Amino acid sequence: MALLEIDGLSVHYGDMRALAAVSLEVEEGEAVTVLGANAAGKTTLLRAISGLVPCSGGSITFEGQEITHSPAHERVERGLVQVPEGRLVFPFLSVLDNLRLGAYTPRARPQQEESLAFALELFPRLQERAQQMARSLSGGEQQMLALERALMTRPRVLMLDEPSLGLAPLLVREVMDRITAIHQEGVTVLIVEQNVAQTLKLVDRGSVLENGEIALEGTAEELQASDEVRRAYLGI
Amino acid sequence: MDLALQIIASGLLTGGIYALLAVGLTLIFGVLRVVNFAHGEFMMLGMYGAFWMWALWDIDPYLSVFAVVPAIFGLGLLTDRLIIKRTIGAPEVTVVFATLGLSILLQNAALTVFSADTRSVTTGYTGTALSFGEVRVSIPMLISFVVAIGLALALWAFLSRTRFGKAIQATAQNRDAAALMGINVQRVYMMTYAIAVAGAGAMGAIAAPVFSVYPRVGLSFVITAFVIVVLGGLGSVLGAVIAALLVGLVQSVVGFLVGAAWAEIAYFVLFIAVLVLRPQGLFGRRGAEVYQGA
Repeated sequence: MALLEIDGLSVHYGDMRALAAVSLEVEEGEAVTVLGANAAGKTTLLRAISGLVPCSGGSITFEGQEITHSPAHERVERGLVQVPEGRLVFPFLSVLDNLRLGAYTPRARPQQEESLAFALELFPRLQERAQQMARSLSGGEQQMLALERALMTRPRVLMLDEPSLGLAPLLVREVMDRITAIHQEGVTVLIVEQNVAQTLKLVDRGSVLENGEIALEGTAEELQASDEVRRAYLGI
Repeated sequence: MDLALQIIASGLLTGGIYALLAVGLTLIFGVLRVVNFAHGEFMMLGMYGAFWMWALWDIDPYLSVFAVVPAIFGLGLLTDRLIIKRTIGAPEVTVVFATLGLSILLQNAALTVFSADTRSVTTGYTGTALSFGEVRVSIPMLISFVVAIGLALALWAFLSRTRFGKAIQATAQNRDAAALMGINVQRVYMMTYAIAVAGAGAMGAIAAPVFSVYPRVGLSFVITAFVIVVLGGLGSVLGAVIAALLVGLVQSVVGFLVGAAWAEIAYFVLFIAVLVLRPQGLFGRRGAEVYQGA
């Protein structure tokens, strides 16, 4: 049994169908990507898995427990965590408070100070700005904050929605390296990313979403070799 | 000079009492994005609570706060469950009609149960005053002021110092991101609403020794509170406290210099001037009135 099982998941915004019977499995310890053009339904898929949008059909199972309709905060408590698109740090709270809120759930709270020390040691820039409001950070710093804040929740599966969006090439590298390290520490990763070339180096498997449906699945090597992927996402 | 001090003192005292009503209103707006038109009615219920406890059992209105606050807090939880929760995410008109409807319902329920009579609490300290040189300060006003400002600042400390307070702030700043941290957003909404209306109830109880109570009393107070909230900056608790003191001061100064009828006009003029010069209010953040979730 896979750690995360998505079976025939559909999402509608009013009459508009955003996801149509999407199925996806993520095994413990894997790194998986979902590719697709803009508006293909990638963000909707992650939002549905996190419980931020209601599902109109299908099911989501995490560690063998059905969570299709459980509230978003319960999924975080179980260890199913997302770093959303656009980072979404709390702009008017300090860097420190942002991080501490990552350890809000009863499961993560006992390790709060330990996780905090680890994150601050890893990113001295966050340490230097610990008392500043999060909105005063640069885009790259905000992404690091969002990433470390999500790690404070002690995730079992970390979902990332466009973590490199709007970042300078050097920072993209730094963020992708950090995600690779997180994965190597044993966290299961489900990533949606425009930067397909870099992402395929990081993941084991991937699926391609088109118009809300899975159009193609395969290992990272298979996807890299696929003419369709090369033409549409790698620009080769 | 003494006269000037007298006017300033009475302005600040009135303003301080308003602060407790305004902080709840601004909190509900900032966190739930709901304009709570029923806010004044929770104050009215608090006043009746204090009045009846005094009339029936001779309980001092300041002591009745300890009974009024939990009662209105419970009523707030219930109101969120039954009404407010169902309007979250609905079009703005739905929210306006829901809270306005609740306001009308509570006013008329009070009218039916308590009649339209104006009632006042008279205690041993009614009409007593302290003298500081030539400045005389009404004792019940002074106590009400101290309790109101104390509770408003306690609320501010709760929001900025405690874990749950920070979760409330996080939810106000980005609802989705808060949910992704494992914060139960529905619970934050429910607690925020209940805390805020309990504040209005507390204000009602401590205003009972100073102001008369009648079913529509909340309306006259809440309109001023709305002005204070916008003046201080929507969603800003500290802004609401300072704006409340400012409005009280303007009312008092203009009321003395020009005439009581001009007092309300004056703070509405101040209100319009601030909106023209600084639309986000004195301590507000630009864009705070826009829902920030994705």
